[in-house]
Amino acid sequence: MLNGIPINYYIMLSAVLFIIGAVGVMARRNAIIIFMCIELMLNAVNLMLVAFSTLHNDANGQVFVFFIMAVAAAEVAVGLAILSMVYRNFKSIDIDLLSRLKN
Amino acid sequence: MLGLSITQWLFGTLSLMAIMFALMMVFTRSPVNSALYLIMTFFCIAGHYLLLNAQFLAVVQIVVYAGAIMVLFLYIIMLMNLNADEEPRKHVLTRAIAAIIGGMLLFVMIGALRGAEQLQIVQGGASQIGLVKNLGKVLFTEFLFPFEIASVLLLAALVGAIMIGKRDTNINTK
Repeated sequence: MLNGIPINYYIMLSAVLFIIGAVGVMARRNAIIIFMCIELMLNAVNLMLVAFSTLHNDANGQVFVFFIMAVAAAEVAVGLAILSMVYRNFKSIDIDLLSRLKN
Repeated sequence: MLGLSITQWLFGTLSLMAIMFALMMVFTRSPVNSALYLIMTFFCIAGHYLLLNAQFLAVVQIVVYAGAIMVLFLYIIMLMNLNADEEPRKHVLTRAIAAIIGGMLLFVMIGALRGAEQLQIVQGGASQIGLVKNLGKVLFTEFLFPFEIASVLLLAALVGAIMIGKRDTNINTK
């Protein structure tokens, strides 16, 4: 059981998950899916924090992850309220329709 | 078994599953399927937390992310009655550029890590900090003030969500 896993593998895994989330944000137009991709990016960072916290045997990293989860929950509640408001006004959640501030 | 320990097998399987489900989440057209794949990804990440001996965070991951947040997402998707047929799609060029940018970012990150030194995480009961008892001790002594601030943040988010989601009667009656 003492065969450890190099920290580099965890960094690679988090990087790959983060980039999948970033590509999703860039490539999709559905606002809800963009939101879910942001959640995936947050989780990738969480995984890296927990890995480093275990590596250094320091609880601060895991407390940080706990706070990130609390902030993510707050963010999702407000974000989904905004999205449902947008859907009520536009009858669509296509991100490309929401460029009115540009003009 | 190729000379790998159980921990390494679990790590490899969970990583492959997490990456596969994340890719399926991004590339599936139906929003409901996307949300379900994201739930599977979160379960895989919870498995990684267990492997890292962070039991408390593994349980919180399943309860808060897979349980609360994703159910909220599914609820909103079903409320809006979205399906794959009317799913808006970006132009092919935009998607290709997104994929190229992602590939370049991955290239840079892997390139930056190539020369890094290899540190082994010792697994299997060596690290006790992820247990509820130890984490709770840190949370309620060293991080007591941020913990209380987090409760205020959640209250503000609650009030904000209700205020935004409420139908504005003033505008409708005008």
